[in-house]
Amino acid sequence: MTAQGFAMPAPGREVAGEQAQPREEELPEEEPLGDDALVDLGAWQKQLAISAALEDLDTELVGIAPVKTRVREIAALLLVDKLRARFGLEASRPTLHMCFTGSPGTGKTTVALRMAEILRGLGYLRQGHLVSVTRDDLVGEYVGHTAPKTKAVLRRAMGGVLLIDEAYYLYRADSERDYGQEAIEILLQVMEAQRDDLVVVLAGYRDRMDSFFTSNPGMASRIAHHIDFPDFTLDELVRIADLMVAQESHRFSPEARQAFREYMALRMAQPRFANARSVRNAIDRMRLRQANRLVAAGALVGRDDLIRLEPVDIRPSRVFG
Amino acid sequence: MRVTQGTFSFLPDLTDEEITAQLQYAIDAGWAVAVEFTDDPHPRNNLWEMWGLPMFDIADAAAGLGEIRACRAAYPHRYVRVSAYDSSYGRQTTALSFIVHRPPDEPGFRLDRQEASDRRVRYTLSPYATREPHGQRYGEPRG
Amino acid sequence: MAASRWTAGVIPYAEMGYYEPDYQPKATDILAAFRVTPQPGVPPEEAGAAVAGESSTATWTVVWTDRLTAYEHYQAKCYQVLPVPGRAGEYIAYVAYDIDLFEEGSIPNLTSSIIGNVFGFKALKALRLEDLRIPLHYTKTFQGPPHGIVTEREYLDKYGRPLLGATTKPKLGLSARNYGRVVYEALRGGLDFTKDDENINSQPFMRWRDRYLFVMEAVNRAAEQTGEIKGHYLNVTAATMEDMYERAEFAKELGSVIVMADLTVGYTALHSMSKWARANGMLLHLHRAGHSTYTRQKTHGVSFRVIAKWCRLLGVDHIHAGTVVGKLEGDPSITRGYYDTCRLAQVPADPARGLYFDQDWGSMPGVMPVASGGIHAGQMHQLLHYLGEDVVLQFGGGTIGHPMGVAAGATANRVAVEAMIKARNEGRDYLAQGEEILRAAARHCAPLQAALDTWGDISFEYEATDMPDVVATPVR
Repeated sequence: MTAQGFAMPAPGREVAGEQAQPREEELPEEEPLGDDALVDLGAWQKQLAISAALEDLDTELVGIAPVKTRVREIAALLLVDKLRARFGLEASRPTLHMCFTGSPGTGKTTVALRMAEILRGLGYLRQGHLVSVTRDDLVGEYVGHTAPKTKAVLRRAMGGVLLIDEAYYLYRADSERDYGQEAIEILLQVMEAQRDDLVVVLAGYRDRMDSFFTSNPGMASRIAHHIDFPDFTLDELVRIADLMVAQESHRFSPEARQAFREYMALRMAQPRFANARSVRNAIDRMRLRQANRLVAAGALVGRDDLIRLEPVDIRPSRVFG
Repeated sequence: MRVTQGTFSFLPDLTDEEITAQLQYAIDAGWAVAVEFTDDPHPRNNLWEMWGLPMFDIADAAAGLGEIRACRAAYPHRYVRVSAYDSSYGRQTTALSFIVHRPPDEPGFRLDRQEASDRRVRYTLSPYATREPHGQRYGEPRG
Repeated sequence: MAASRWTAGVIPYAEMGYYEPDYQPKATDILAAFRVTPQPGVPPEEAGAAVAGESSTATWTVVWTDRLTAYEHYQAKCYQVLPVPGRAGEYIAYVAYDIDLFEEGSIPNLTSSIIGNVFGFKALKALRLEDLRIPLHYTKTFQGPPHGIVTEREYLDKYGRPLLGATTKPKLGLSARNYGRVVYEALRGGLDFTKDDENINSQPFMRWRDRYLFVMEAVNRAAEQTGEIKGHYLNVTAATMEDMYERAEFAKELGSVIVMADLTVGYTALHSMSKWARANGMLLHLHRAGHSTYTRQKTHGVSFRVIAKWCRLLGVDHIHAGTVVGKLEGDPSITRGYYDTCRLAQVPADPARGLYFDQDWGSMPGVMPVASGGIHAGQMHQLLHYLGEDVVLQFGGGTIGHPMGVAAGATANRVAVEAMIKARNEGRDYLAQGEEILRAAARHCAPLQAALDTWGDISFEYEATDMPDVVATPVR
């Protein structure tokens, strides 16, 4: 017998007789400040749960120091803006839409998630969730299909962050039958008129994003912050591999680690390299080869055998030629 | 007169801010929010026209408020209401429903009595507005 | 010869197999929890066994004809006897009855079986049936409420707030025409329902047919004035079933959405009315007339939660279940237990609410509880807190006694409930801020202001006669 049953009387939360619990992470009210008040910014940042988001960013993502710096800078700017508002210093709400450029697998989605948390902590976003879409989620295939599709996505994203991956695909200068333009129009309108309700983040390759902005100056003018996500260095990629491997309860033998490093150096130079995603794919293939190796060997298998990855689990790769 | 259907009809008309609070309550409870409109306020007419589908996936009241404003702008001469639907097992019914827009003038209802034997009376209620066809009621301009 | 189970004569019930501490109740068993106060010198297990015996197969002496039956199957088993903490001499005896003992779909049989014989038993000083666990297997043999809470709301097209009603006052003496006037004023002012009182049937000062005619005129005029579906519970209680059907048919013909009956007509008549109500699409309101004679005292009788279960099975849409803060008896936790029993589909056992068993109703719809008796608009925050949203709040005196008139009284109650629901949905602590919320709403509503000024200080504070044996202690 579950204690849950169905609760008729008080919909959604609790049955009659108990008080509604405040929503989780109910943020403290911000009182206006008198002229000679003094505020400890560090403590306030902690209170707003922004420090937690920034720390998560540090632990979750390897390297990308310039990105983390940019995020800190933006957070500081918004925090100070908030403080100025509390002192009664009038200013319009800052524009928050952003553009993240870089290769795939460089951490753009993760940073967008943390940014959503920070914005929620600062009170610029009411819900702080992330909705991630591509062109196909916004654009229809026939006349009249695009507007409801785009509006449905916008409704879902209200109160949070809308991340549009490879946003430049919305614009196809050559095609007349393309409905992407309609989606762009709607986005532009919402990005301007509903800045309180939604933050838009465009993401994609740097060069293509640049030409997109050149052809769509309206879009460019609405973006306040640009963050470039550099490709990971070889050392960073190997460190990412270490973290991923540990998360899966594996470890590299010292020779395997060296072999992996050599593999990565070669792979980076090849086309369609997707940074952290490519690391994940390589590790998955290593686990596959390890499993086959253990089964084919036919010997008794112990706990350490299951954990340890060997060079032979990566050497057969085509990358080595 | 004032048709007093819906959960908050006896209170002063809700402001957009108050509507937002009710919408957020419904969204947080996991209910789907739907906007509906009609020009037939008979109490047994529960099939108001749907303004789009119920919004199952929204997280924030602003999305609902946007649709309400759009519906009001499209049909200023009709009643508009918000319904929040609870699909959980054992309930599967409307959890909250309130009017968010009314036509500028509400003429009310006509009560017809059909007298039968033995002082029995058969009653029929009809809204005065329904003398006109759909789309031409409450001063809605033709065409 | 040594005495055995079958030697003629008297042996203790506990030795006849009616006390079985190792018995594992089956999922199909009907389980009862009795509060037993044995006479001095009677061991509690023997008392429990006696209750089990006398409510199933036993008689006071051994009978050989038992051996013609599979008696172990048919005898009820007392499987546990527990002392009540803090109340010397009282025990809770748990008794299991095989499902084969009962006729399908018959409340008279269920009640005659369990309470028909044992309550006068001399070996017990007092006996109370506290709770009954009805297995889903047995529940499925009953129709259940003709409509239930969800369908009622869809029928009336009213969602998201308690429904409001009022009993016409004075209780007796109004003529039919004046009665109609009271109904009209209350309904047009803002109530959803008005109600015949339990003793309004068909008396010399007002016959039923005349009442129905004047009331339906009032109901329809109020619908015209408001655009809402309105109803008046027309009492069809009568001396015979035939008379009840005659009155119900007339109510249907006049277009009423609801009829009512009193508990005093008996379970058979109520069950017939329930089937009629479903077949004819009308809501059935039950007034629990007379229940307090046997439900009120803690030591003897039948707890109201059992009555509520029987009525949910045989099928009513509304049942009076207590107000907590009004003029009639009701401890908050115990009342909460009644409301859960009426409304929920799965009700977990909870000693603090007087619920002794898990009760699974399956898909049987819930019964709308009705809170009636000495409540007024100034208590709206407490009513919402204790009773929730799926309830009919009835303000008889609180509507009709309003200084500005009946319609104003109705408006005051309606504005109060809407304002409180609105505040609750906005996330306000409406219980603590209730008075403030009402005063703010009263700024737009003179009738509400007058109601608060007239009754603001009224409350009914007496110690309840039936409180739970245990209370929940806060967890640190």
